[in-house]
Amino acid sequence: MVKSGTIILNTAARFLMPLQLMFSVFLLLRGHDEPGGGFIAGLVAAGGFTLYLFAFGVSATREVLRMLDPRDLIGIGLLLGMISVVPAWFMDQPFLTAQWWTIPVIEFKASTPLIFDIGVYLTVLGSVIGMVMALMEVDKDEP
Amino acid sequence: MQLAILLGFLLAASAPLINRWFGEQASFILALFPATIAAWLLSQAGTVVAGEPLLLEWAWVPSLGITLTFMIDGLSLLFGLLITIIGTCVLVYAGGYLRGSPDIARFHVAMLAFMMSMLGLVMADGLLTLFVFWELTSVTSYLLIGFNHTDLKARNSARQGLFVTVAGGLALMGGLVLLGIASGSWSFSEVLAGGEDLRQHPLYTPMVVCLLLGAFTKSAQFPFHFWLPNAMAAPSPVSAYLHSATMVKAGIYLMARLQPELGGTELWVWTLSLVGALTMFTGAFLAIHHTNIKKLLAYSTIMALGTLTMLLGIGSDYAMTAFVTFMLAHSLYKGALFMVAGILDHETGTQDVTEMGGLCRVMPVTAVIAFVTALSLSGVPPLFGFIGKELMLEAVLGAEGFQAVLLGLAFASAILTIAVAAIVAIRPFFGKVRQTPLTPHEAPFSMLVGPGLLAFGSLFFGLAPAFFGIDALLTAAASAIVGQTLEVSLSLWYGVNAALILSIVSLALGFLLFKRWDSVRGRLSVLAPIQRRGPEAGYEGVLNAIVHVSHWQTRLLQNGYMRNYILVMLVVLIALVGYSLLVRHAPVLRFELDARFHEVIVVSTMAMGALFATISRSRLGAVVSVGIMGFSIALIFILFSAPDLGITQLLVETLTVILLVLVLFRLPRFSHLSTSLERFRDGAVAAAMGVLIFLLVMTAWSIDQFEPISTYMVENSAPLAFGRNIVNVILVDYRALDTLGEMFVLALAAIGVIAMLKFNHGAPSAKRKKAPREPYDG
Repeated sequence: MVKSGTIILNTAARFLMPLQLMFSVFLLLRGHDEPGGGFIAGLVAAGGFTLYLFAFGVSATREVLRMLDPRDLIGIGLLLGMISVVPAWFMDQPFLTAQWWTIPVIEFKASTPLIFDIGVYLTVLGSVIGMVMALMEVDKDEP
Repeated sequence: MQLAILLGFLLAASAPLINRWFGEQASFILALFPATIAAWLLSQAGTVVAGEPLLLEWAWVPSLGITLTFMIDGLSLLFGLLITIIGTCVLVYAGGYLRGSPDIARFHVAMLAFMMSMLGLVMADGLLTLFVFWELTSVTSYLLIGFNHTDLKARNSARQGLFVTVAGGLALMGGLVLLGIASGSWSFSEVLAGGEDLRQHPLYTPMVVCLLLGAFTKSAQFPFHFWLPNAMAAPSPVSAYLHSATMVKAGIYLMARLQPELGGTELWVWTLSLVGALTMFTGAFLAIHHTNIKKLLAYSTIMALGTLTMLLGIGSDYAMTAFVTFMLAHSLYKGALFMVAGILDHETGTQDVTEMGGLCRVMPVTAVIAFVTALSLSGVPPLFGFIGKELMLEAVLGAEGFQAVLLGLAFASAILTIAVAAIVAIRPFFGKVRQTPLTPHEAPFSMLVGPGLLAFGSLFFGLAPAFFGIDALLTAAASAIVGQTLEVSLSLWYGVNAALILSIVSLALGFLLFKRWDSVRGRLSVLAPIQRRGPEAGYEGVLNAIVHVSHWQTRLLQNGYMRNYILVMLVVLIALVGYSLLVRHAPVLRFELDARFHEVIVVSTMAMGALFATISRSRLGAVVSVGIMGFSIALIFILFSAPDLGITQLLVETLTVILLVLVLFRLPRFSHLSTSLERFRDGAVAAAMGVLIFLLVMTAWSIDQFEPISTYMVENSAPLAFGRNIVNVILVDYRALDTLGEMFVLALAAIGVIAMLKFNHGAPSAKRKKAPREPYDG
């Protein structure tokens, strides 16, 4: 019952979604030092996808997502969250102690909190668009 | 040892693979594992028997002082050997018993897991470690009793066993915690070395009551005995292992373990000897009602468990010797007898002894095993059971309290037990041949090895106790219970004494009873109505009551109306928080109005939004005005320099609007369903909530009992966590565990929503008929 396909919305969605996704990744990466972070970034990305969903419908969005079902995103997110717990064990430190590494060439600071934050991002994204898509699919099926 | 047990659990997990690779040989390969542990235990036996307990330390949760330390003293060694050796026998036996069963892998998983839990239980040094293993045995035994899960009766029995033992486990946990508090230590070795003060401790009585409840339920003591016969729904290898040799003795083990520290008081002696004696008699008396061979054996196991408890209650050095001897003897013969029962069931297709007869010609080996072990059960010299029974009667004769009562019950039980032994060993194998559902033939070799070995033990441990080192082992075990070194020397001949005479008389009377069993059984059926009101009926009653109460409270509190849930939650919150706010801190009201102009505007916008939401006559209007409130809050966050919170609030508001747009069409007509009285009630609750939060904020503002934690976070955020955004550092570093939990909550909520929508969409008509959608009253 959500009408898709007005020209203005379609055009806007086509441009806005990549922008929003890029912005969400930007928010995610800068989150440790500036306002941002996984949760906010996940919500922004979910907003982008939701816009796309409203404009083009569920099946088109599924094509954009390719192989990734939103439910898989939730799973991957949780998995990343759990993985970030592990390195501390090998360093003989308590559970969840943050570990930091600097990747030499690009001087990028990698860390378990970052992995964790990516997990949060994916979980939030997967949860929100999963729910929205499920709601829209129910709408579509009903007369 | 800890590694061995962990390895055992891993092996249990990989049992399906082993079954796939080795097919029918899997049982024998898996049996090597307990055999190896048994060999290791034997190799350590020398040191332990010499009175040097083995302490294997392993830190588990060092920050809480919880260890996975194992302590192997005489008592643990005896139990450990029983568990591993009988475990080996049972696994080999099961290889024959369950041959070709598609579920054999499942059996191996549960059985090995159980074996390891049991081993951990008897070796645990930490009180909490013991509890963890204790519960593990309850869970694995639940799986094993309910092995034939397509059978309703098996499922009910499994559930009954689980409920009874887990309820006891709860009491046990309380008891162990009290013990830990009272003694100031969480390890048995320290508690036992602690000294005398526990018996005078004010917590002594509740502690003992809780611990004994746990032990009694696990070891099927009266009035909790009813679950054990029902657990016979399990396959015979399980009955042989769990319900005679190991699990039901866990409670006995616990009591024996605590005997030196807690025993000896009036409460302990009275409870244990009387409950034990009563259980002993109940078991023996109920046994002869039954014609099902496994039920017969189950009730006679109850009798044995009662005997063991009674001996612990008597508590003399002599009784302790009797305790360890009787226990070893019982494990040997009862394990073997259960396996014989399994063979009979397997080969003839019936468990009813009155339907079998003359089988000694077709299955001679089984008959010999049954005969030897039944002789041990009835306590005929020169079998090991004789020594056990002799010592038991001697200990009862030496009892200090209730000697007459205990002796009478023990004597009566002995007679009844002998009748049971005769029924089990003579009825199926002698007399005229009867037609059975299957044509009987001798059991395969794998099914005879285990019971054969145990029968061999029953015979030769009696003939030459010192030769096999049994003397030394039992000495060590009895010493561990008493708490000081004991001298035990077992022999078949103690001279003509009162115990021997009682033994002989009971043999004669027992055999007489066996001869008249059929007519006695007929007469006993008069008692059936009384039995129907027994403890089992009590259990059913309690269970039904629980079901009724939960129905009632579900109807009351969780009736499916959103408005009701919210109302209940708010009222509870107001009551609890309001109470502690008023009682603990007097609410403080301290106004300092120095608000800026733009702040006043934002706040009044918010208040107007809230007000409009309550009086709006359209749903969209209400949604929009709530949205205004949300955005105002975001604005406040930003004004007070919390950009992260502001952004989050804005995004959440936006997404809420999106979700509302999606469901708005689907909501029913906007109408008023509540009466004005109900609306008045709702308004009062809402107002109370508002006042509460207001008071809470005011009070929290004026109290600073603690240094605010935010200073620490601000100071350490950059140097320790390498981040300048404190909110994010809190989320992903300081409080990452909380965030991890929240991630799972969010994921579960999303999966719930998706599943609910898909489910509804899968079967729309059925779902809707069941639950007609309730008009939403806004």
